[in-house]
Amino acid sequence: MMRVFSSAISLGRARWTWGDGVALTTIAAFLYFGVRMAVRAPAAIEGPTISLSPAMLPLYAGFSFLRMLTAYVISIAFSLWYGTLAASNRRAEQFLLPLLDVLQSVPILSFLPVVLLGFSAFFSQNLASEFASVVLIFTSQAWNLAFAWYQAQKTVPRELREVAANFRFSPWLRFRTLELPLAAISLVWNSVMSWAGGWFFLMAAEIFTVGNKDFRLPGLGAYLSEAANAGNVQAITWGLITLLSLIVALDQLLWRPLMAWSDRFKLEMVETEDRPRSWFLEAWRRSRVVGPGIRSVVRRLVQPLEKRLERSLLTESSSETRSERHVWPSIFLWVAGMMLLYGTYRAAAMLLDVGSAEWQIIASGIIATALRVFIAMLIALVWTLPAGVLIGMNSRIASWAQPIAEIAASVPATALFPVLMLGLIAVSGGLNLIAVLLMLMGTQWYLLFNVIAGAAAIPEDLRHTASALGLKGWQRWKIAILPALFPYIITGLITASGGAWNASIVAEYTEFGGRTRSVTGIGSAIAKATAIGNYPMLLAATLTMVLVVVLINRFLWRRLYALAEERFRMD
Amino acid sequence: MPWPKSDSGWTSPSSGAARIVQLEHITQRYGTRERQFVAVHDVSLSVDQGEFVALLGPSGCGKSTLLRVISGLTKPSEGRVFYRDQPLRGVNPHVAIVFQSFALFPWLTVQENVEVALKARGVPQIVATPRALDLIDKIGLDGFETAYPRELSGGMRQKVGFARAMAVNPEILCLDEPFSALDVLSAEALRGELLDLWTSGSIPTKAILMVTHNIEEAVFMADRIVIMEKDPGRVIADLKVPLPHPRQRKSSIFMDLIDQVYTTMAGQTQPENVEFGSQPGETGRLRPLPEIQISVLVGWLERVNEFPGNRIDIFRLADELKLDSDYLLRLTEAAELLGFCVIAQGDIALTPLGETFAEASMLARKSIFGVRIRRLPVFQWLVAQLREAEENRLSVDTVREALAAHFLPEELEPQLSIIVDWGRYAEIFAYDDNTEMIYLEPASSSVPL
Repeated sequence: MMRVFSSAISLGRARWTWGDGVALTTIAAFLYFGVRMAVRAPAAIEGPTISLSPAMLPLYAGFSFLRMLTAYVISIAFSLWYGTLAASNRRAEQFLLPLLDVLQSVPILSFLPVVLLGFSAFFSQNLASEFASVVLIFTSQAWNLAFAWYQAQKTVPRELREVAANFRFSPWLRFRTLELPLAAISLVWNSVMSWAGGWFFLMAAEIFTVGNKDFRLPGLGAYLSEAANAGNVQAITWGLITLLSLIVALDQLLWRPLMAWSDRFKLEMVETEDRPRSWFLEAWRRSRVVGPGIRSVVRRLVQPLEKRLERSLLTESSSETRSERHVWPSIFLWVAGMMLLYGTYRAAAMLLDVGSAEWQIIASGIIATALRVFIAMLIALVWTLPAGVLIGMNSRIASWAQPIAEIAASVPATALFPVLMLGLIAVSGGLNLIAVLLMLMGTQWYLLFNVIAGAAAIPEDLRHTASALGLKGWQRWKIAILPALFPYIITGLITASGGAWNASIVAEYTEFGGRTRSVTGIGSAIAKATAIGNYPMLLAATLTMVLVVVLINRFLWRRLYALAEERFRMD
Repeated sequence: MPWPKSDSGWTSPSSGAARIVQLEHITQRYGTRERQFVAVHDVSLSVDQGEFVALLGPSGCGKSTLLRVISGLTKPSEGRVFYRDQPLRGVNPHVAIVFQSFALFPWLTVQENVEVALKARGVPQIVATPRALDLIDKIGLDGFETAYPRELSGGMRQKVGFARAMAVNPEILCLDEPFSALDVLSAEALRGELLDLWTSGSIPTKAILMVTHNIEEAVFMADRIVIMEKDPGRVIADLKVPLPHPRQRKSSIFMDLIDQVYTTMAGQTQPENVEFGSQPGETGRLRPLPEIQISVLVGWLERVNEFPGNRIDIFRLADELKLDSDYLLRLTEAAELLGFCVIAQGDIALTPLGETFAEASMLARKSIFGVRIRRLPVFQWLVAQLREAEENRLSVDTVREALAAHFLPEELEPQLSIIVDWGRYAEIFAYDDNTEMIYLEPASSSVPL
């Protein structure tokens, strides 16, 4: 089974609209409020004590998992609300979609310092870090889920909608029999993507330390960083094994069964051969205890609950309450608008405090980080292209290489960061090397899986034609392979570049073995500003990074993607 | 109230014509304030108890829109809808629709698909299940209760569509081209079964309204045929079908009726200025080009040319070529527009130009075609624009924008591609798909019209 990894949403939209402007100002205003709160954050923050005893690992794994779960539940609730609003309200759509689009392309990790410091001003350190980690994971999970739900609502076939109207389905019945099933496949796939991304951010949040502010959280990430700091190879091994088993178990026991199960919700009326399968689901279905057991639980618990929900929804949608509801959204919009204007204005004022020397640091930081991102992606391209084509065109190799690659890909790169530090910091130019490696580890998999999917999608007859024409070597690549792969490579690169910018936040400035090390880069500029409490600088650097990444997306990736879609799509 | 009362059951057409639905001066517009399109223009129509009415017309004449107005799914821009003499508000609970695409939920079994209609009305499971099973039995799908729609053939899927509609005991059954997605034999079988249910009175339905573009189907099934025309959608004829069921397809009276409907729908060839319409940007109607591939048109003209006197009755041609009536009428329209044939009293007759075209070589055909389409306002306009444009090049976007004021959004792309297609075939202009530019080839820019 092939997966195409892509987190790029609504890529067809290439023009700027007023919605994009509002979206960017919204981010600026939010960052300002965050920084404003951060001013009151304590100057030094003491981290938790992390025990390296392997016996503690299940507990830490439990903590990490709970953070992920909390953020995921919030993400789903948010997505249902946001997606429904965007799909059903034309005016809201004009603003909500660009906002989603910008948020999706923004390097989320750059918000971490602001969010952490902002929460630290109000809550005790561990509570602030907990909230910050959940917020961070949420921001990495929510957007593609919200977009998936929105997309599903927009593409409900017209005649099915009319069936619901003609037979007068209640809102709940419509949700249950039409909207939710239609979105199910895409929600499950996007959940898998979201969890993969979530682990990356969770690990980053759990190991985050700058200067004398130790924001770490008791969890697998902190365990790994503590173990690396102590040079305890045995503890590192145990930590990695625990993390990997947790991820693999979730994949095998939760996501794969869900994918196989949700296959029934596809709209096509034809039977397909390569359906997603899951040994766990099949065992479950064959079991004599589980199936009837679940059915009776559904009958006793879920159905009465549903009836009650049905009744409450029916009474709620009576026509009288409608007119009163109109007032609140507009009041809310006004207040939000005023806050937005105020925040943007203050953010601009704060940016004026940033001196020209600091702007120079930001500018050179952007260039240095961009260079690293570029190098990392180049390296990724160089190895994934031949490897991906080999795997994609050869099902025998794919049968063993694909699962290995999937397991390797499931390890969040940020979890390996402390390990890299331990191994490479002594090498000259070590941190530069580590930064590029971290970016590479976080991104190469997107590319690899996309290339594999692309190579597998090259039609058999085209391959035969290429052989029949005697195309060999570079000619074969140039005429038959690369054009067919182009859309997949671009999709992979877009996702990969987003990940690489994120990695710069953790990779360019680090505390290791009691020493602070840093290289030039926008990530290190942000971290440094956080460490010394230079808040205008923190705002300026974060905003610049957001803006640059959004611009690169618009002017480079969008165009390449449009080109790929138009010229090289096979169908 | 579980579902509407079904006390009176079947009422024969003769037992007094109680009016069930009445439409008064319905007009339906689409689009924004600046660009408006009239889908239906001033249609008044009524359906009486016991009637089986067919709404017949070419695609785009607004017949499906009328069906949605009657069921309350669409609110008309103008005009009023009455249900049993009461103004209709919101969705009409006495109407059930059977859709062209079946519109079944693929993740529900046959039984669940039928039950869901009852569930929506608050019918308790204890009542809904036997009722659904009974209906499934009635339509001959027993044994398939637990099957999913994707396991069924098209005909069986549509049976489920019918069972779902009948589950709620509707007074009016609205059929939106229910047989057009089925293969010929399944469609025929299903038509017969529906007529059996309807004429035997075993369903409590009081009236059936069927949208179709298939002339023979309308004459075979309906008591009354309302014929519509497009641009704008309007009613042009209302015919009674005074034949008892079951109807004999080969009987002369049946054939005569079909011929009559064909004649009404094909119309008469109008003077050129009426047929052609006006140019983009001018007031007046820009004529949409019929969606026809040139190679098909060529084959069709060759076939007509083989008949004695190059003349043939439209219905006979449809029968002979086994073509869908809607498609045949589009072909006729294209040939008429290009001056290759004329239509009078239900007969197609090739013009001398049409004969020449049918017999000409490939290159000669291109040149005849080119001469003819240069007379069409839309091509005259386009060539003039290209002459004025820098380097004689125009982007498709520019053309699209100019045409957008004249066509519905969903018509626009097909129209653009027909224009490009016809123009390229006639070598009036060239087109580059990479840059999406239309341009005059250097040689042709100097050729006078």
